[in-house]
Amino acid sequence: MINFGYQRNESATLDLDTTHSELYKKLLDKEPSAATCISCGTCAATCSAGQFTDFNLRKIMLLCKRGDMQSFKPIINRCMVCGKCQLACPKGVNTRNIVLILNKYLHAGKISK
Amino acid sequence: MKKEGKEQIWKDYQKEIPDNDFFYVRSCIRQNLFPASEVIFLKILREELGRNVFETPHHTTCGGIGYHSDIVPMETMMTIIARQFSLMTEAGFENYACSCITSFGLYSEVLETWHHFPKVLEKVRKDLKEATGREFKLPKTLSHASDVIYKVRHEIAEKAKYKLINKHTGKPLKVVEHIGCHYSKMFPNKGVGGAEYPYVLTGMVEAWGGEIIDYPERRHCCGFGFRQYLVQANRGYSLANTHKKFESMEPFEPDMIITNCPGCPFFLDRWQYVIAETEGKTYGGKNQGIPVFTYEEVAGMVLGYDPWDLGLQVHQIAVEPLLDKVGIPYNSETKYLGLDGKNLGKPELPKNICSC
Repeated sequence: MINFGYQRNESATLDLDTTHSELYKKLLDKEPSAATCISCGTCAATCSAGQFTDFNLRKIMLLCKRGDMQSFKPIINRCMVCGKCQLACPKGVNTRNIVLILNKYLHAGKISK
Repeated sequence: MKKEGKEQIWKDYQKEIPDNDFFYVRSCIRQNLFPASEVIFLKILREELGRNVFETPHHTTCGGIGYHSDIVPMETMMTIIARQFSLMTEAGFENYACSCITSFGLYSEVLETWHHFPKVLEKVRKDLKEATGREFKLPKTLSHASDVIYKVRHEIAEKAKYKLINKHTGKPLKVVEHIGCHYSKMFPNKGVGGAEYPYVLTGMVEAWGGEIIDYPERRHCCGFGFRQYLVQANRGYSLANTHKKFESMEPFEPDMIITNCPGCPFFLDRWQYVIAETEGKTYGGKNQGIPVFTYEEVAGMVLGYDPWDLGLQVHQIAVEPLLDKVGIPYNSETKYLGLDGKNLGKPELPKNICSC
């Protein structure tokens, strides 16, 4: 078998009636630039932490939109908040603030107003 | 439903397709992926059917791939398109026909934007004039090249040497048609049959003797999706789309697939190879894939053109089993000869799927 550097994703179905989107809505409220993310993956490609751990901001943003907090809770605190992703982001998303907000919510259980 | 009522509803899904005098623009990527398709389109219209088709080397990209990848801003893209229209205006044509579905979607989007926001149109006219000194008129009609072939499908059928019929069984070939998403999903009234009942490829297949398969994921995306494919980390999504379609069509045992988009035939063709080489699964029987064609290639086949002049040798999935079913002759010795007669070299053969 050939390794092409990617694998077929399993088919998944999202039920919008049961998706927990409140965290993503709160994230947009606190950091509106998150809405301009195009999931290009530049953040993940330039990430120093991602070179040594499975931290991947592109994937975290995707899971956050899907309301799947449990999947990224174990990896969110592996970010070093160095800000390289923010320098590289083509859309100017404040990625450091996104990580800080999500980290705070997942540890404190809420986002301060 | 009464036949009269059905016909009345069907009228809402029709579009005006001119019969002659086209300003034709090529696609950026089709010439690389399916090198003969556009040449065959011109040959059929000009030499077989005597139509007037104009094209100019001054035509450039429409900016579509950059636009859908969020690299080219909309204002830039609109000005690029305005320049294409200025080329049409200078050449004295009114019927714009494009080869690419991405371009067709973009032209539709831009014309609709200018219709609803005339001030944007005026700004684009001003920008183009200042940047290049050019002026332009809006096209009277906008057609995709598949619309044009659809319009002349019965004329092609009259001249056809072969039909899409299995010569061994005498039954029509079972054909999967796949419409490019940007053909009619964004602006349903711009495509024949709209988004729900796209008929542009079905009409061709029926006119040329084949039978269309209506399978559950018929309207699902091919998997191109720009960002899903352009970023390697996202390609698993692209592959998952194509896989979903093949799993859905497999029980119907299709003989071939016909498409009208630059990306769709590429992904439906090449992802079969990737699925075979990563998962060992093939969809056209043991170690066989389902051959994928552009509509121009199918038109060329029924008209009796040499399969290697149609560029069928650059397909990933072997076309020979389909040619044998229809009874189209081919010479295996000349498969990999270029137009100048020199040997192009044979590709490395895959392990799990037949490609020759």
